[in-house]
Amino acid sequence: MGSETGMIGRTAADRVNAAPLVCWFEECRKESTPLVGGKCSSLGELINAGVRVPPGFALTTEGYRRFMTQGANDRVVRSLLAGLDARDPDALAKASTQIRAAIEAQPFSLELEDLIAECYRRLGVRCCVPALPVAVRSSATAEDMPGASFAGQQDTYLWIRGVDDVLAHVRRCISSLYTERAIAYRAERGFGDAEVAMSVGVQKMANSFTAGVMFTIHPANGDRSVIVIDSNFGFGESVVSGEVTPDHFVVNKITLDIIDRTISQKQVCYTVDPVTQKSCAMEVPFERQRVQSLIDDEITQLAWMGKQIEKHYGCPMDIEWAVDKDLPSGGNIFILQARPETVWSSRRQSAVSGSAGTAMDYILSGMLAGKKVG
Amino acid sequence: MKFPVPHDIKAKAIPGTEGWERMYPYQYQFVTDDPVRNRYEKDTFWFYDGLHYPEPLYPFDTIWDEAWYLALSQYNNRIFMVPPVRGVDHRIINGYVYISPVPVKDPEEIGRRVPNFMERAGYYYKNWDALEAKWKVKMEATIRELEAVKIPRLQDMEDLRVVTDAIGESHGYHLLKNYDDLINLGIKCWQYHFEFLNLGYAAYVFFLDFVQKLFPSIPAQRVTQMISGIDVIMYQPDEELKKLAGKAIELGVDSVVTFSPEWKEVEAALKKLPKGVEWLKSLDLAREPWFNISTGTGWFHHDRSWNDQMNVPLSGIATYIGKIKQGVSIARPTEKVRAERDRITAEYRGLIEKEEDRKQFDELLGCAKTVFPYVENHLFYVEHWFHSVFWNKMREVAAIMKEHGVIEDIEDVWLLRRDEIKTALWDIVTAWATGVTPRGTKTWPKEIAWRKGVMQKFKEWNAPPAIGTAPELIQEPFTIVLWGVTNKSLADWASVQEVKDPGSITELKGFAGSPGVIEGKARVCRTVGEVGQLQQGEILVAPTTSPSWAPAFAKIGACITDVGGVMSHAAIVCREYGMPAVVGTGHATKIIKTGMRIRVDGSTGAVTITR
Repeated sequence: MGSETGMIGRTAADRVNAAPLVCWFEECRKESTPLVGGKCSSLGELINAGVRVPPGFALTTEGYRRFMTQGANDRVVRSLLAGLDARDPDALAKASTQIRAAIEAQPFSLELEDLIAECYRRLGVRCCVPALPVAVRSSATAEDMPGASFAGQQDTYLWIRGVDDVLAHVRRCISSLYTERAIAYRAERGFGDAEVAMSVGVQKMANSFTAGVMFTIHPANGDRSVIVIDSNFGFGESVVSGEVTPDHFVVNKITLDIIDRTISQKQVCYTVDPVTQKSCAMEVPFERQRVQSLIDDEITQLAWMGKQIEKHYGCPMDIEWAVDKDLPSGGNIFILQARPETVWSSRRQSAVSGSAGTAMDYILSGMLAGKKVG
Repeated sequence: MKFPVPHDIKAKAIPGTEGWERMYPYQYQFVTDDPVRNRYEKDTFWFYDGLHYPEPLYPFDTIWDEAWYLALSQYNNRIFMVPPVRGVDHRIINGYVYISPVPVKDPEEIGRRVPNFMERAGYYYKNWDALEAKWKVKMEATIRELEAVKIPRLQDMEDLRVVTDAIGESHGYHLLKNYDDLINLGIKCWQYHFEFLNLGYAAYVFFLDFVQKLFPSIPAQRVTQMISGIDVIMYQPDEELKKLAGKAIELGVDSVVTFSPEWKEVEAALKKLPKGVEWLKSLDLAREPWFNISTGTGWFHHDRSWNDQMNVPLSGIATYIGKIKQGVSIARPTEKVRAERDRITAEYRGLIEKEEDRKQFDELLGCAKTVFPYVENHLFYVEHWFHSVFWNKMREVAAIMKEHGVIEDIEDVWLLRRDEIKTALWDIVTAWATGVTPRGTKTWPKEIAWRKGVMQKFKEWNAPPAIGTAPELIQEPFTIVLWGVTNKSLADWASVQEVKDPGSITELKGFAGSPGVIEGKARVCRTVGEVGQLQQGEILVAPTTSPSWAPAFAKIGACITDVGGVMSHAAIVCREYGMPAVVGTGHATKIIKTGMRIRVDGSTGAVTITR
């Protein structure tokens, strides 16, 4: 993409302070979090590491600030939050509703609208799809930070088509910073509302046949030698939200063998409604409910990708992925998101070997401990 | 976990087998007339040793069970002083062997044993290679001694030499003595068998234990892969077949070697050709000792060696000749196997986060690698080479018994206990010396006919996998690694018992022996003699396999066995060939029929019958 696209998000004024209002994912690195949030910076990092990621762009935190300082946004937010008791649910609900309505009703400035629309148009050209369906998701700067997990507190909108809809959903993402839960959470943790910044990612929708999550560490026991994959038909929502019991695969990270598989009865999946062109829940046809949602070759390929991503980051990862139904096999598995796994990694683990030194010492202590049965 | 009371099981004698106890040593019985022993037996956990004994034990074959009862226990309890465990106790119900590790219960006694164990086991671990070299010398000498044992026929008139050389001993005496020698050599061989094995398994078990603590999901086969040797002698017999196949082509006699599956015909044809005679010389060199490889595990009298059944190695040679002529490489991919082993080891090691854990990993891996060749190699010396010679020596004894009318057929001898054979030999030699008819000619054939019926009924009986009271802790290394006694296996054993209709079973679970998934047609081969029927790409379903089955692996797509763990022959060979194996399924040969379509998942240990 290079400098030409990089210029898109910049105006004469920006060239002075050099922070773009929008930028492509591939222009981001993991250091770009303050500018584009955790999700988008990690997508940029992945793309630059050679991982297959659906293309997209971000409204930067600078773009967010520009939007919030225009019109009445800032004033509305400040006045409604001033003196709010976050433990009073009624007051909280009222403030949230009013703030969100105000933000969603506030049009972008012509400049921002132009920038977003131009990026969206170019994305459509790159993908050879007019009115390209995209996922619009928030990418918060504080998200995924150790000890301050904002995960799931901001919204994701799938299967959005057309400039107007994209703009509207970018606003909805921004307004999701002011859900009751998010306001209360920040109040509880002492984060100032003014310090919060958000970026919004607009990404080509993977037309998933199958999607889900992957951990490059066993979430149940912290075993680093396996990759665990959960999958269901359709978009990954059903897996992430826990709405279905997904198919479950355990893959040996070293040899990429599938060492355990559980095929569940998957009653619901998310797919696109052909009429409204919106994501919707649908019942999985009965005869498909117990069909393995990801074929063995895909499992192996996906696990291989997980291994590469872990190698790049140098730590166990939590990854969202999808298998695109429009593309031929071999090039149809996409990584939608990757972030460092936080549960096991934050736990200080003590050495397994204990105080033992030589092999004999370990054998003796092992014999004395015995093996529990019954 | 609750299991049936042993004495209740025993009390329900199978009709027509009442009195079977006399076929086995008296100390193997669960008793009701000794309250103290009875209490001990009820409070103890006994599990069926299906790993070694897929079928009920013939009275004579009890010899190896007694031999390891003694040897394993003495090394644990009286020689190396393994702190928390004594020996492994044995019982028999309806011909099936039940075993139980005996713990040291007093913590103070355990503490007292620790320094002794550290000193004694430490000495073996430290001097392993030198001691193992000595072992090989002792073992080979024992086999030479066995081969030299003569089983004399009794002459109507002793040689004049007895008089002129003033020998002063008769063939009758020699028969008794040499039979004793034969038995004693067998017991001695099993003393050596366990000299290193307990410690070898301990090193393996605790390397496995450590790696599984680091990586709870690591399949045991991967741990085995990190330590398994490449240059193990168990592969040598198969290597000899490959060499002979190459030699046959080189000499231009390959068409003669392959013209018939009958060794006698092939041998006769080769003898007529000068190049054929040359090839036969190479064959003779290979036969000793490598064709002493047993076609079974070597544990039973009916496991015959290649030397006994030359059609088996002949079919292997023919397969390899075919492969060479098709231009297919038959060399073992040793470099590839080594490289893969090193890659896997390095990758797992690279995932260890703590420095002290990496150090412990290196220590235990080093120890396991030192001991492991013995763990694999002893099988050839004892179970194959020694046993194959031994069974045939016993057949010579049986031939004398048959000659004197005490048994009707040579193969009847296995229905007698070894002390009963000694008694019968006394009967024979005294009658021979005196010039009368042995009393046994009227008693043994009748008893043997009855015992044959009993054995048949025993075979139809379903041995419960476990009886008695399950313990909370198991500390005996063999119990854990060889028989895989764990919570999971106990639960699996319990469920196997409940299967009433084998026709309804569509899924079997075993150990994941070698990774990969394949679907194909099953071929059930109960003995190595049936492997000739295997078609390219079929899935071999066998009770167990041994190195003499090796040529079969060049043809098949996957392998399933009834008996065996991740260190069993089938698992090791399949890993090397890169084909799936599910081992230790318990009853695959009973449920799967030739021609069924089955799916083998060697990564999870599942076998699915798709029919």
